[in-house]
Formats: sequence, structure tokens, C-alpha cells
Amino acid sequence: MFNPVYFDHNASSPLDPAVLCAMLPYLSEQFGNASSRHEYGRAARRALDEAREQVAQAVGAQPSEIVFTSGGSEANNLFIKGVSATYKPGLLAVSAIEHPCVIKPAEQLLKRGWMLRQLPVDRSGRVEPNQYQAVMAQRPQLVSVMYANNETGVLQAVETLASAAKAVGAVFHTDAVQALGKVALDFRQLNAAGVQAMSLSAHKIGGPKGIGALVLDKRLSLEAQIAGGGHERGLRSGTENIAAIVGFGLACQRATEQLSAQAQHLLTLRQQLESGLDKLGMILFSQDAERLPNTVYFACPDIEGETLVAQLDRAGFAVASGAACSSANPEPSHVLRAMGVAAEQARGAVRISLSGQAHCANNAAQIEQFLSTLSATRLKLQRLNAMAV
Amino acid sequence: MAYSAQVLEHYENPRNVGSFAKDEEGVSTGMVGAPACGDVMKLQIKVNKEGIIEDAKFKTYGCGSAIASSSLVTEWVKGKTVEQALAIKNTQIAEELALPPVKIHCSILAEDAIKAAVDAYKKKQTASAA
Amino acid sequence: MPNLPIYLDYSATTPIDPRVAEKMIPYLTEKFGNPASRSHHFGWEAESAVDAAREEVAKLVNADAKEIVWTSGATESNNLALKGAAHFYSGKGRHLITLKTEHKAVLDTFRELERQGFEATYLDVQEDGLVDLAAFKAALRPDTILASVMLVNNEIGVIQPIAEIGELCRERGIIFHVDAAQATGKLPIDLAQLKVDLMSFSAHKTYGPKGIGALYIRRKPRVRLEAQMHGGGHERGFRSGTLATHQIVGMGEAFRLARLEMDSENARIRVLRDRLHKGLSDIEALYLNGHPTQRVPHNLNLSFAYVEGESMLMAIKDLAVSSGSACTSASLEPSYVLRALGREDELAHSSIRFTLGRFTTEAEIDYAIALLHQKIGKLRELSPLWEMVQEGVDLSTVQWAAH
Repeated sequence: MFNPVYFDHNASSPLDPAVLCAMLPYLSEQFGNASSRHEYGRAARRALDEAREQVAQAVGAQPSEIVFTSGGSEANNLFIKGVSATYKPGLLAVSAIEHPCVIKPAEQLLKRGWMLRQLPVDRSGRVEPNQYQAVMAQRPQLVSVMYANNETGVLQAVETLASAAKAVGAVFHTDAVQALGKVALDFRQLNAAGVQAMSLSAHKIGGPKGIGALVLDKRLSLEAQIAGGGHERGLRSGTENIAAIVGFGLACQRATEQLSAQAQHLLTLRQQLESGLDKLGMILFSQDAERLPNTVYFACPDIEGETLVAQLDRAGFAVASGAACSSANPEPSHVLRAMGVAAEQARGAVRISLSGQAHCANNAAQIEQFLSTLSATRLKLQRLNAMAV
Repeated sequence: MAYSAQVLEHYENPRNVGSFAKDEEGVSTGMVGAPACGDVMKLQIKVNKEGIIEDAKFKTYGCGSAIASSSLVTEWVKGKTVEQALAIKNTQIAEELALPPVKIHCSILAEDAIKAAVDAYKKKQTASAA
Repeated sequence: MPNLPIYLDYSATTPIDPRVAEKMIPYLTEKFGNPASRSHHFGWEAESAVDAAREEVAKLVNADAKEIVWTSGATESNNLALKGAAHFYSGKGRHLITLKTEHKAVLDTFRELERQGFEATYLDVQEDGLVDLAAFKAALRPDTILASVMLVNNEIGVIQPIAEIGELCRERGIIFHVDAAQATGKLPIDLAQLKVDLMSFSAHKTYGPKGIGALYIRRKPRVRLEAQMHGGGHERGFRSGTLATHQIVGMGEAFRLARLEMDSENARIRVLRDRLHKGLSDIEALYLNGHPTQRVPHNLNLSFAYVEGESMLMAIKDLAVSSGSACTSASLEPSYVLRALGREDELAHSSIRFTLGRFTTEAEIDYAIALLHQKIGKLRELSPLWEMVQEGVDLSTVQWAAH
């Protein structure tokens, strides 16, 4: 049987079987609407409350700071549009390597009279501190810098950046979708530094698709973007997706518990992968930056990324070229472009994202197999190219 | 809405439900609330010559907490003088029944019902004295 | 004896049909790909499941799959349709129309649009809950750009004349949105015939999962919207965000089953609903809310006069029913829908919505009938209002002591 190796966990990761078990009752007999006052509804409400506590605990927040959304994209949209609506138009700053679900809503604010500054990054993909300070000096109202980048895995100095934002009175948000479950997140500590909001998603950490959250400092006022019924303290209306929320709660708990145990395993695999890629003469991105332990981003100097990932897929390796969410887009990755990588080289980029979670952990044999496949595939493609010439 | 055990107990087994006969001696009636607000309480007290409430009956249109509050009040006023009955405060009722904040108005209504019944009694006294 | 409590609240949410759950599970296990992943088998597999589900949703309402956009539920669909159209067409005019009996997801969105500078008309309905077409027509103005009328009301189940309203709107170039969250699987919907431009759907009212819905966006004549959620450009740019494959698959299967089974299922449910109504009809001072026949077979909304709704819910806790809409029942306000019908407050306070569904049995209905007789009797014995009425007092003449 064709059983491909899955190396695309930053796009979406398989559901943890324990999470599925927790969800199943809410896909069958526990079907109540949490707004209903009868026993079916109250059972749903209890499950909702418990999951909210699990999510809060996993990220060091209070349950009342968690606003459930349909996913990370909605959480990011909710922050940008919801908070900006409570301000007079001013300056908004987001990093140049944000996910499109931060950049696009930020661009929407231009229509409402806001100014937008993109915060540049250095060659490794870290927000450039001097230019960041220069933008802070212009007193932005909102700042959003992601915790970990989905393509490179680079971790930003979020606390330092947030403190600088706080010093000029800006509201600071971080998209922590890729960081959750891979590095420890402590919203209390982040909040003390100046982070007032943080986006999360379930399906990258063994939870289901279709659920996420915005963690929100309650002192921050925010205008709901989906009206009707006043769910989630009036910040997000719509019947709560109980099964997914229950799954999200448990996934958060389990991913956080496994976190330190996996980190070493992932680092070992990453080391193995990177030294192999290096020997093959691949260009490794962001290697000198502090990164998530699971992400490796590289390019093959003489082969187009799209072609390479198609060949790798045929050979049984599921990897990504550029970000999964924008791979419909033939443009080279905006993240690599922001890092100053030439368009041609950016087009050749391949992302490997591993999992260390017990139910879907990648292993050394897979890495070894991948490296030899990559080497063979490359030779084959080089020959084809030579023939075409 | 989660009800306290005390509310449930009174709701399941309300005390002193009913009305006295129209012409029964010594009976005074207090009616408070309005249908539009979702609750109406009718409290009747039967006061003897010594000014002691011998018996009490109620009927209530309202939520479980309103029914429990009035049921409780009928128990409490019995054997008390009218002045002692007036000393019953809504906070005592709310505490006894463990009412949540959104249901405090039920205990207020019950206190009002006592006042209304005692008022009616006093008016009768004044009228017969005159 | 049936299992207690008996679920008669299918308009709040329905159980997932086990056949639907079965279809969803593989997408919660081995088929876990992100439908947006274009570089491997896992992504393509998920994408093709999403496409198949889109076909099923389209088929139930006789639309084209390209006209269906996934959302997180009907609330989001309503928000997207109304804000998206109002913003896009704001250059043509600023006036919007809806009914006072719409779902909060429409009414709250209208209020938001009013705050943004749009002007809204909230039309009264007739005593039977139906919109008066003449009044609707009279409310249309040259600067009206958008009208929103629900197909089936969530509280009283009445079916609004959307075919006629569609004609009125189309003639005038007004975008017409219909909230059909409560309608799918309950009556046939033919978007090839109806002059509806935008229609909202929900899965969890039709035996599918929560957290998924769709918006129909007409292509001919083409309707334009401003997206409300931005990002990776999913759903042809109308709605960004990773698609929840398992939920989408569930909605597709739920809508497929609805299409295949609607006729026989509704006939069965109608018999049960009529049995319930008839079984209760000997209770005095009983009022039916909403039009007697122009309503879906699932809904029976009754006012048991002189008995307060919340205490009634307590008394009949073996029945999972709702008093007012599920979304508003956390508040002590009487149902705004019943008030819009001109019901006195005491009748609005005394209403119970029974909504039946796929798994309702005759034994459950009979149990409910017996229980209601017993409990309504007990509560009326407790009710001073009932006593006064028995004594011949006209309650409308009573001076109530306000508090």
C-alpha cells in the first residue's frame, strides 16, 4: 500500500486519537446547543467551560481571556478589525513575514483611513530591531508580529518587541498559531511584557480543523466582527462548535504536556536533516536564527520547488513549497522575498515540517529515506533539464 | 438556569397554596407584580384578634424562584405578629433559598407581597375602628 | 417509556445523523490533509472531498456548486451576506429592509450597519407572523439596496413568501438575502426559480455538525460581496481560513440525506406534530403562535395562558423544549418574535416551542401530552391570574402594582 511520509505538519497535523475519543460523544449523543437551558444544553455548556479552562491553562491565560473562533485566520481578523474599530484611524505596523490572514486584514484598514507600515526582517527572517524602533517612534496604535513563522519557523523576540510597543502605548498582538504546542507559551508573562492578544489554532497540534481562539487581555476593547446572539461575551456570535472546542481543549493540554519530551527528539531529527541537506548542497534558510525545532526550509539551487515537491510527492513524501495556505499562489514566498532571497531562489523553496507528537511522530529512518530520495530525484531532474537544453 | 436545592424543594412541594374563602374573617390580601414583568404574587394572611398571623396562603404566576419565595414567606409569616412579619427582609429570603443575583427580584417581590398584605390588614383595622 | 428528557428542540440544534458522523470520521483520522495544500496527495484528497460536499449542498437547493461558499455557520453567513452586500452596493444607496422577527444574526448585523451609516427599516409582521406583501412593497425606496427575509422562522416556524418578495426585489434591482438556516430539509428550495441573490445555510439544524455553514451567492445575475474575513484567499476570496474538511463533509452528507429523505420524513413529522397539537387542544386558554398552515411541519409554538414560561420549563423538565429562541433564552425578556405578533406579554411569557425531528417517536409525543396536561393543571392551580380569570375578571382592566 502506498503510505506516504507526512512532512507537512505546519499546514495541518493529524488528529490525536485521544482527542478524537473526547470529541466523539459531542458528534453523537451529546449534541445540545450550549445556549439551551435544558439538560442537553447545560451538558454542552459544561463541556464548553471545561475546554476553555484547558486552553487557558495550556497558554497560561485565564479562561475569561479566551474567545473561541473558527480558526487562526478568524482570530487574526478579529484582532486587527475588532481592535482597530475602537480607535480613530492611525498607524498600524505588521511584520513583512506575517501570514496573509494578518497582512490582508491590515491592508483592509487602508480603506478606513489607516496607515500601514510593514516591519522589515533581516536575512534570517527576524524583525530588524533598529527599523522596528524607528517605526515605534512614529507611535503606531496597533502592532502585530507573529510568534513563530509558518515557513521558516523563526521565533521572534516577542517580549522585547512587545515591551517596545507598550512603551509607546501601542496594542501588541502576536499570531502564535505555529508556536502553540511547539514552544512554551505563557500569556501572563507575555502580557506583562506588553502582549495584549494572541491567536491560536487547533489543527496544527493534533486538534480538529475549524476551531481556534483569540486570547485577549480583558482591558482591551474590541468590536465583534460576527454579530448575532452575543456568544463569547458578545465578542463572537454563532452557535458554539462544541465537538471542535472539546477537541481543541484536550489537544492543547496534550500538546503542552508532550512539549519538552518532543523538543529534543525534534532537534535531533532536524540536525540529521540539515546536515544531510547541507551535504547535498542545498541552501538552508534561517539556519542561524532561533527557530521552532520542527521546521526546515531549504531550496535546491538548480531545480524549481514546484517540480521538486511534485516529484517528492510521487516518491511518497508530503512536503510543502512555500506556505500551504498560499500555495495556490504561484508567486514566490513573500517571507523569503522579505528576507532578501532572490525570486528565482525563493521559487525553489521546500518546507519540511515535522511532528514529535506521539500519534504521528516522524523518525530518523524517514529522514534518511527522504535524503536519499531527494538526492535521486535531484539527479533525475538535472538529467531531464540537461536533455531539455 | 441551575436552581438551588432549596428552590427546587419549594417548587416541587409548595406550601400553603390556595386562597381563603372570599368572606372569611380576618383575611387580608396583597397582590404585587404584573403579568408583563413575568410575575404576579398574591399573598393572603389571616390575622386573629391578637394581631397574630394564624394562617397564610399564596398563589404565584412566575418563575420557580418566585414560587419558592412566596411559598417560603407563607411559612415564615405564620405565628408572627404583623409587625414581626414586616421585619422579614428580602435578603433573608434570598439567602435562605440561595437565589442567584438575577433572581433577587423574586425575593424583593415576596417582601413587597408581605407589605401589601399587611397594608391591606391595617387599612381594614382603621376602617373598622372608624 | 421513552428516554428522558425527551428532545423536542430540533430548531435549537439537531443531533448529527449517525450516517453523517460515519462519513466525517475518516476526515478526522487518516484523511487529515489541508485542502489548500497543493503539493501532495493529502491535500488533494481533502480538496476533492470538499468539492463533493459543495455539490451536495448545491443540489439540495438546485444551485451551482460554484455558488456555494463555506462559512463557520449561518451566523457568519448572515454577517457576510449583509455586510458584504451593503458595503459593496453602498454607492447605489443606503437603505436596507428586514423584518422584526428575523434571527438575531440578521437583526444585530442590521444594527451594526445602522451604526456605520446605513438606514434600516424593520417591518412589522401580521398577527400570524407572516410579512404583509403590500407593506413590504410600500417600504421599498429608490435608495433601497438590500432586503433580508428569513424563509422559516426559528421560533414559530412560519414560511415567509420569499418567491413574491424576490420578484419585488428583482424588479427594482434590490439584492435579496434569505436566511434559510431553519428551512433546509423542511421544505423544497429551488434557487433556479426563486429570485433570491444570497441564501444562508447551517449544517447543525439539518443533522450535520456544528461550526459549519454556507452562503449561496448567485452568479447569474452576478451578485458581488465584499469579503469579511481576509487571508489566504480561500473560497475564491470570499472567505479566508483553512477549510474544516470533516465538517464540510458532514454538511454535504447531511444535505444529501435531506434531499433524499425530505418528503417521507416531513410527512411522518407532520403526523406527530398534529398528534401533539390535537392531544393538547383540550387544555383551556391555549393559543397557537404563528400561521396555522403556512408553517413547517416540525414546529408547534403554543402559549399556555396564565402560566409563566420559566416555571413551566421547570415543571416539564422531562421535555427538552425552549421558551423563546435558544439564542435569547439566557435573558428574561419575553420573546421579541411573539411580541412582534402582537401577543400580550403574559402570552409571550407563557409560550413553549416544540420542535420535532428525525428521531422523534410517537411514544415521546404521547408522553409529552400526558405530562403537559398534568403540569399545566398544577401550575394553573398556583396561578393568581388563572384564578381571576375563572372568577370572571378581565385582566386588561386590572391596575397592576408595578415593582
